[in-house]
Amino acid sequence: MDGNAPDFAAASRAALADPQLRGNFRRAMDGLMSKRAAQFADTGEWTGVRALAASVRLRALSKLPELLEKLEENCTRNGIAVHWAATTEEANAIALDILHKANAKLVVKGKSMVTEEMHLNAVLEKDGIEVLESDLGEYIVQLDGTMPSHIIMPAIHLNTKQIAHLFKRKIKDAESREDAAYLTDLARRVLRAKFQAADVGMSGVNAAVAETGTLCLIENEGNGRMCTTVPPVHIAFMGLEKVVETLEDVPPVISLLPRSATGQPITTYVNMISGPRKDGEKDGPREVHLVILDNGRSGIYADPELRDTLRCIRCGACMNHCPVYTKVGGHAYEAPYPGPIGKILVPQIEGLAKRGAMPHACTMCNACVEICPVKIPIVEIMGRLRVEAVKPGGAVKDGGAKASRAEAMVWSGWAAMNASPTAYRIATAAMSRLGNAAPASLPMLKEWTNVRTKPRFAGRTLHDLARAKGVPDV
Amino acid sequence: MSDARSSILTKLRTTRDAHPLSPPASDFAPIEAKQWPDQERLPRIRRLMEAVHTEFLDATESDWPAVLREFLAREGVGSLLYAPATEAGKRLVEGWETASPSPPRGEAPHESPEGPAAHPPHPNPLPGGERGPNPTLIPYDRPLEDLKSHLFESIEAGLTTTRGAIAETGSLILWPTADEPRTLSLVPHIHIALLRADALYDTFLQAMREQGWAQAMPTNLLLVSGPSKTADIEQTLAYGVHGPKRLIVLVVHP
Repeated sequence: MDGNAPDFAAASRAALADPQLRGNFRRAMDGLMSKRAAQFADTGEWTGVRALAASVRLRALSKLPELLEKLEENCTRNGIAVHWAATTEEANAIALDILHKANAKLVVKGKSMVTEEMHLNAVLEKDGIEVLESDLGEYIVQLDGTMPSHIIMPAIHLNTKQIAHLFKRKIKDAESREDAAYLTDLARRVLRAKFQAADVGMSGVNAAVAETGTLCLIENEGNGRMCTTVPPVHIAFMGLEKVVETLEDVPPVISLLPRSATGQPITTYVNMISGPRKDGEKDGPREVHLVILDNGRSGIYADPELRDTLRCIRCGACMNHCPVYTKVGGHAYEAPYPGPIGKILVPQIEGLAKRGAMPHACTMCNACVEICPVKIPIVEIMGRLRVEAVKPGGAVKDGGAKASRAEAMVWSGWAAMNASPTAYRIATAAMSRLGNAAPASLPMLKEWTNVRTKPRFAGRTLHDLARAKGVPDV
Repeated sequence: MSDARSSILTKLRTTRDAHPLSPPASDFAPIEAKQWPDQERLPRIRRLMEAVHTEFLDATESDWPAVLREFLAREGVGSLLYAPATEAGKRLVEGWETASPSPPRGEAPHESPEGPAAHPPHPNPLPGGERGPNPTLIPYDRPLEDLKSHLFESIEAGLTTTRGAIAETGSLILWPTADEPRTLSLVPHIHIALLRADALYDTFLQAMREQGWAQAMPTNLLLVSGPSKTADIEQTLAYGVHGPKRLIVLVVHP
């Protein structure tokens, strides 16, 4: 075991014991699931657009290196400076370099999961730069000093009362009012002053169009537009898989993303940026930078089966429908991406030594696969990662980290038993006779029996019973 | 950092070529099939946008400036930022004169050389016995840097044109230009958007195809489907979090 490995089992037990947290999640997830279902009431439309969106993502992956070059070429022609980062350290260094050149003291940020992956805020703060999350949910989480618990609704684990207390504690002159409209307006007043004063705005990217060199961002609040429009410098961060080939590839993705995520037909704003302020224009940033981050993605891409992980458009619907996520919430995973997509993406980025437990936090119920708008075979990849975790020298970082001699011996014994009819008969007969005598507290049973009742073995095996009924052996 | 670039691209190319992907063809028919009869597009747009608190005003080519002025006066809006070099901006100013009962000479705000600071709310009463502040027109005629504090601290409303609207989702198409800056539709608390009733599209895809977006994208293109909103506090919808608190669509009927 890696000493730094997050302990999902312990964290999930703590989450399950917190009725407030469970209530907050249950309510939110039920609402999101029913709103999403209402958006896809027409199954023919869902099937057709979903197949189209999946084909758009697959086509982009099939030409990934060429499209990234084309994106770079067209962005550069549009006046957007393109930077490449193999690791999060490189991406942070690029960001710091741009900030230092701009002599930046204050940064406002729109939602970006890639910057969560980079732990960019901590890096900037260490450098003495004030950085403010401006998406309301991210702002709440930042004030609270925690991490987002959902990729679309970062503060979904808190209720209005908890947020009212937080604002009262952290914002000057805040009244103690448990009223979402009041709290929203309070955040508006604080953040508007910051948008006005900020030296640099940062954002993520929902889709980058190779054909036109365009960065697409979707959002409801207008903070994304503020961050990409008002400050003199804009830096956008994207994972290298976010490219699409043509402008016409954007509508299918935008059609499914908000409907899957929050059950709304479209977000309030679809913001398509194709360059900094041109000569003669009166506003918009003077500089736009695009940072393209690898951070393990090229490794994921190398494996033809695992590659499907990179289709993801980050809608978060898999979380909303996951029987594990909806019970334990996002924080139990202690990862930038929780829930089903996190369980397959994070182990591949951070390695199986640290994240080997994540693919096991899954019942393999397939709910996530059924609602995924780009048809990612999440459960198949989950199974593959479980195998990789015990198989040294595989395709995934730290493959074999969870390999155990004892487990390997048990499985080879199991295989031998099932390969020989005699061995099988002896073993099953022994279990039906002695199984009930074995105490549930035996070390080898404990992992199972400490959360479950030990099953009772029948006095006779199925084979015995069948033979007694005259069913012939094959 | 060009090391990162070449190593990433080389790795992607080598591994892709070792295991090429053959994606299924992209069939856009499910989106192309979304069509509404002419007479249904505007009501649909209206219904979808009103569901997220957008407000609608109806006007004609000749009276929209007067309709707008009356609306602003009724709502007690003191200042309107507009794009003076656009056709719509010129029409607004002409129409404003005729809609105004008796603007004191030399005080017509858009003629003032001193800029926004010189435009306090107009004290004149409106015709028809209604009383309210006479909204001041403020031209967006300088770089953002020279207008920023007014824009954030005092200007109440902004007027923009649109390149039409989309029936499927109830979305306005905004195409900011050098004459009609991006922040006009973003920073003021009220965004007023002129929508020509004959510029309606079925889908996002149809609009981008028919208007030839891919040939010449503007620096910033936007779809706007309502006023700024959030549900980040316990899934409770709240309007006006960072962008405009109100979105008014002024429909100009032919």
